[in-house]
Amino acid sequence: MADCNETLRELQTYLDGELPDDMKYVIDDHLLECTDCMQAFDFHAELKLVIATKCKTDAMPASLFGRIEACFGIEADEFVVDGLDSVDPDLPA
Amino acid sequence: MQYAPQLYAAALRLTRNPSDAEDLVQETFLKAYRGFGGFEEGSNLRAWLYRILTNNYINTYRSKQRRPDETDLADVEDLYLYRRLDNLEQAMASRSAEDQLLDLFTDDEVKAALEELPDNFRLPVLLADVEGFSYKEMADMLGLPIGTVMSRLHRGRKAMHKRLYEFAMERGLVERGTPTTADTPS
Repeated sequence: MADCNETLRELQTYLDGELPDDMKYVIDDHLLECTDCMQAFDFHAELKLVIATKCKTDAMPASLFGRIEACFGIEADEFVVDGLDSVDPDLPA
Repeated sequence: MQYAPQLYAAALRLTRNPSDAEDLVQETFLKAYRGFGGFEEGSNLRAWLYRILTNNYINTYRSKQRRPDETDLADVEDLYLYRRLDNLEQAMASRSAEDQLLDLFTDDEVKAALEELPDNFRLPVLLADVEGFSYKEMADMLGLPIGTVMSRLHRGRKAMHKRLYEFAMERGLVERGTPTTADTPS
């Protein structure tokens, strides 16, 4: 079982879902037992969500769609969604 | 094309300028289109586009901004923001923590806190915390060892949290004082 120090040391990696399984289980167990560490974990998980949400609120200028389509010389939606097999990479831009 | 709006938002965080962000996204799609032959079917198209965006930014825009390449960051203690917001959380205890945090910082403050990070730290924080890429994906995109990406992400993140606290203080939301440690893990 991990202690608080170990849990806090690994908290960011745990939060990112990047701890190796054995280490992850050890931290899982500690969080279930320790309210303080669980609160710290919750706070950072929520903060991460809030940061992601607030950094995605920029509206893309409509004119940029036109500029991107002009790069392709084709329907741009087709390029990404359906066109994976049909696009010839040697087409002139 | 479905990725264009999110690429644009990411480009804004990097270039900090709408005109450069538009150019960066357009160049990204142009390079993606020209290099599409090199795209392996079945691999992650979104990650591939972000890799092109990131590299284009590093090669073109970063040098344009004439910022020192290896700007360093002061170390910030673990749980910096958490420990300092403890009082505030208790004062707002009737609401969910996520709602509190949503209201505590404005969109502009969160964006500024990210944009003020030096490039080396801003890229991993943007790619991980906003775009949700894994350590491995970021290491591939940035051409860095995973350990380097991880350490920059963790340090950049803590510096960003510290900046958020400063914003909250500037607006008088939080009283300046010593952090409360009684309820936090030691």
